[in-house]
Amino acid sequence: MKIAIVDDSPARAAVIEEGLREAGLSDIVLLTERHGLVARIAAAEPDVILLNLENPSRDMLEESFALSRAIARPIAMFVDQSDERSIAEAVDAGISAYVVDGMRKERIKPVLELAVKRFNAFARLQAELAEARSALAERKLLDRAKAILMKRRGIDEPAAYALLRKQAMDSGRRIAEIAEALVTAENLLGGEP
Amino acid sequence: MSAFRIGFLPLVDAVLPILAHELGLAKAEGLELALVRDPSWATVRDRLIYGQTDAAHLLAPLAIATSLGLDRPAVPLAAPFMLGLNGNAVTVTPEIAAQLGEDPVWDATRTGHRLAAVARERAAAGRKLRLAVVHRYSSHNYMLRYWLAASGCDVERDVEIVVVPPPFVAEALQSGEIDGSCVGEPWNSVAVERGVGVIVAATARIWSRGVEKLLAMRTATLGERAEEVAMLLRALNKAGEIAADPARRGEVAALLARPEYCDQPAALIERALGDRMVLLPGGPAEPVDDFLVLHREAANFPWRSQAMWLYTQMVRWGHASADLRDLGRAAAVFRPDVYRAVLSGTGAVIPSASEKVEGAISVPTGAGSVTGRLILGPDRFFDGRRFDPDDVESYLEAMLSK
Repeated sequence: MKIAIVDDSPARAAVIEEGLREAGLSDIVLLTERHGLVARIAAAEPDVILLNLENPSRDMLEESFALSRAIARPIAMFVDQSDERSIAEAVDAGISAYVVDGMRKERIKPVLELAVKRFNAFARLQAELAEARSALAERKLLDRAKAILMKRRGIDEPAAYALLRKQAMDSGRRIAEIAEALVTAENLLGGEP
Repeated sequence: MSAFRIGFLPLVDAVLPILAHELGLAKAEGLELALVRDPSWATVRDRLIYGQTDAAHLLAPLAIATSLGLDRPAVPLAAPFMLGLNGNAVTVTPEIAAQLGEDPVWDATRTGHRLAAVARERAAAGRKLRLAVVHRYSSHNYMLRYWLAASGCDVERDVEIVVVPPPFVAEALQSGEIDGSCVGEPWNSVAVERGVGVIVAATARIWSRGVEKLLAMRTATLGERAEEVAMLLRALNKAGEIAADPARRGEVAALLARPEYCDQPAALIERALGDRMVLLPGGPAEPVDDFLVLHREAANFPWRSQAMWLYTQMVRWGHASADLRDLGRAAAVFRPDVYRAVLSGTGAVIPSASEKVEGAISVPTGAGSVTGRLILGPDRFFDGRRFDPDDVESYLEAMLSK
């Protein structure tokens, strides 16, 4: 079974590919460029096409599938009522899938389920990354705020930190907010940037 | 209460839901809205049918195709409110435009014949014109085909019609991927602004009151969330009044220009809103009457005859099979009954009929209404043909025999 992964995010495409390969599916083609997409899919002749829901090429691809006169004509993957649930899960995860007409759905379902898991894992990974980035930014801010206090007040680091924490507790704000206010004020008052 | 979610594509004719949300019109009715922008109609449709949205700004023919189950299991949709008439244009490369003569927009008949001639020449030379539409089931596709066919072009033989998403039209014209396109605003103006396209026809010159986008929802939603649907329709009707007010045009254009909506300059968006288009690169803004009719003349009323006309075009081009039951199912997508029930007593103009002969009016004409004074503007097709919803069969026969 040949699977085409069409995704405008190469990173996500790679994560999905890895998951499919781990499951023993090795006949995979990755397509991340919009230009020439229809021709490249036609040339690859995949049995299954996985596409991110927010890919702007969806309408174009559906049209080319509709026009295809080949026997292996891809159709949207909504087979019968019993599949409603798994399709809804795919849509929730951000995937659309097309399979060639006549392909047995028992063979497709595990592929779709795997893709859903990988899509969700990728989304979680991105959320974690965003969180980590903002945590890193906060730590840098805190370091600068401590440095300012240490210099201005001639105190050591633990004392500077205690001062920031006390101010945060007294004013009912997060320590990062206090640090930010301090750094901003210092910049405005002409301290070293 | 959770927000009522509405899917849309970044287009000027998504303006009514956007105003209903941004100007607090829905909130004033007691309804919280959340708008969900997507880059493809396929995704707007999928989110709607799988419950990620509650309603959608949708192509009228796509709502019918979804209800008929043309290429997937049928999901019955209902359209109680139209989001506007007309609003699309045909933009071609400067090279093709040069072969169509001066002022092509003013004479759709002449321009159509010239374009058909260019198409024949190119087909004979083995380089068929490639024309883009935004979706297989779009009024763009059916209007372009109607125009070409009535101008003597054998659409299936002489041209190649492909799908290009609206935001990529300018780029596709520039790269030579396509020779022309039928797309909504602001995407024609974006191509003109970049110097890669010339507007040679407005769909308002092909059918002067052409059916376009609608507010679609799953039919079940009408019953399950009737009160919210009523709030939404009242808010959209108020949004229509604001969109039709020239004094508020600048404010409306600025809203649509924002990154989360069209993400294009307000000056470009204002053109379609004011029926004044810059037709060629460096040209002046010129009036194109009725370019986009968002609200006046009961433009938001879902005339079932318009759904029936679309169905005849789907049959004509082999997208649907001719079946009287399907004609009924297509017509049933449009819900004038819901429009009437919700908007009576709000001051909205409410027609008393649900169907009309399409293409029969050449000067503004009074028509029967339940409330308000209804004046219908000219609704002619450029070739003078009429569509009588009581005689669909002979209309279809005439189209298919050609």
